[in-house]
Amino acid sequence: MSEPRRKPRTVHMEDYVPIVGAPEIQELHALASRLKGRSVQMVNSTSVGGGVAEILSRLVPLIKELGLNIRWDVMTGGDDFFEVTKAFHNALHGAPYEKPPESFEIFLAYNEQNRARLEMDSEFTIIHDPQPVALINGRKDRTGHWIWRCHIDLSQPNPKVWDFLEPYVLRYDGSLFSSPDFTHPTPIPQYLFYPSIDPLSEKNRDLEPEFVQGVLERFEIDAKRPILTQISRFDRLKDPVGVVQAYKIVKRYFDCQLVLAGGGAADDPEGGKVLDEVREVSAGDPDIFILDLPPWSALEINALQRASTIVIQKSLREGFGLTVTEALWKKKPVVASAVGGIPIQVIHKHTGMLAHSVEGTAYQLRYLLSNPAFASRLGRHGHEHVREQFLITSALSRYLTLFLHSMDHS
Amino acid sequence: MTKALHPFQFATATYLTCICNQRATRLAELQRGLAECSDASIFYHTFHSLRRHHFLTEGFSDDFAQWIMAACNLAELAEQLASLDLREYSNLTSLRNDIRSRVAGYCQAFPERAQQKAFEAFYFAEAIEVTLPLGIEAGTLEEFHQVLGKLSNASFHFHFVTSRLRLHLRNNDFSLWLSTALGLDDLAQRANRIDLYTNTLEAARQQLLDLISQEFAA
Repeated sequence: MSEPRRKPRTVHMEDYVPIVGAPEIQELHALASRLKGRSVQMVNSTSVGGGVAEILSRLVPLIKELGLNIRWDVMTGGDDFFEVTKAFHNALHGAPYEKPPESFEIFLAYNEQNRARLEMDSEFTIIHDPQPVALINGRKDRTGHWIWRCHIDLSQPNPKVWDFLEPYVLRYDGSLFSSPDFTHPTPIPQYLFYPSIDPLSEKNRDLEPEFVQGVLERFEIDAKRPILTQISRFDRLKDPVGVVQAYKIVKRYFDCQLVLAGGGAADDPEGGKVLDEVREVSAGDPDIFILDLPPWSALEINALQRASTIVIQKSLREGFGLTVTEALWKKKPVVASAVGGIPIQVIHKHTGMLAHSVEGTAYQLRYLLSNPAFASRLGRHGHEHVREQFLITSALSRYLTLFLHSMDHS
Repeated sequence: MTKALHPFQFATATYLTCICNQRATRLAELQRGLAECSDASIFYHTFHSLRRHHFLTEGFSDDFAQWIMAACNLAELAEQLASLDLREYSNLTSLRNDIRSRVAGYCQAFPERAQQKAFEAFYFAEAIEVTLPLGIEAGTLEEFHQVLGKLSNASFHFHFVTSRLRLHLRNNDFSLWLSTALGLDDLAQRANRIDLYTNTLEAARQQLLDLISQEFAA
């Protein structure tokens, strides 16, 4: 395994020139030139762990390098606060809300505590997710531009929680969503802000072929035969059992291997059960590799994706699906379910293949294995699609455009 | 080398995507949406779609045609919409009218298909444009050639594609300047004929660079 949590090397804007091109980086500088010295504040609820912290840890230094005066603050709270916000999170995804009415007071008390602690006087304030949403109380006389960045699927929220949060959300100047599918109708503008991957991170950077080969050898995977891979935590919503069923259909026609790599089984009892079920349906097949990897396996995941012939994401429900983005970036043909943010990334027959069932997934896999030239073209187009829309440089461009638009229309 | 009295000023455009509170889950709803949505929405799903998907040169033209094909499985109508060439439009009203009339005609001919539920919803969105001068100019064809070679896709799309809507002409910024500032009418016309549907933006730009190189050689 790679070392646990190495400090990532500092990257600079110029490092992205070979990836997206010099003119694109020059344009980011040009966009930022009108915003030099302007103050920006990002607020979320955790400094490490989770996708939001990961994105901010890479985005904030780049915005600073572009000359904006950016600050990243993390809200603090006790266990009681985070228990409430976890229940909020589930309820906003449509789950029942069982907490007592006092839970709303706990939520507001911690928001108020943080409002008093944090300086909230930036020209542009981006509040991430529901936890700090009531910090809007710190806005002075409608000064500055306040934007709420919602990273979760808000399409069918539990009304008990949404009715409580909505009045705060409506006091923002706008909101940002990862997919049109995730929005909830509101009178404030809703902007589309795709999540992004960093092509220079350990999960996505180019790897030496020897390293990739080494990883395959370590897991005893045969590099000479087709490798079908799904990278996901062991969770029923990722349907790993369905992936094995699809593989078994494909196996009748092709001498291929299946890699199911992910984590989450060690610290999640439900994940452990799913892992057992996957092992049960895979029993006796030496060509199925079930890899329960620790959280610091970014390089191994990267290598497994790069070694794959086809990457699968057969989720039953999905967020944006950044594992799909990662696979597309690596020029891999992808077969994925048409759920969550996946259809935005996988344009059927152009940047990948969409499927709606076990049999459909198996059919698309067989089709791609039979038509390697077409598979390769999907991979190339998928890579371009990610370069255009889902890289950190596109996220930078969106933020700068948002700031300029807000400034010009204030 | 002729020097233009008014040099070409290069600019670029970036876009914010605004999600509208309007969606379609069947063709009949798309038909209604097409009547009610803003011009910015028509722009987003056609001109801007061409930029977002510029690397696709086979069977992809705009968001409407793609959704009708992929989510509604109505190949005939998708083909009708895909055949609309954005270069023929200098305003969004006539583009909207042509899309609407094709969709309406199909819904009238096949009312049951218009009510079939699509695999996935179509979300209307709008493009909010922020333009930005790049502070780069070209006074001669040679200078123009040099800058063009180093231009971003965004800037190229801005001058070569969306310029039709600003100029209200079936023309682009580059051709207009080549013709009016340098008197190169033939080169301007050939540039304006570059096919954006069978070329990626990079390939279209390369064709323009090649045309200029041929002009140097002539």
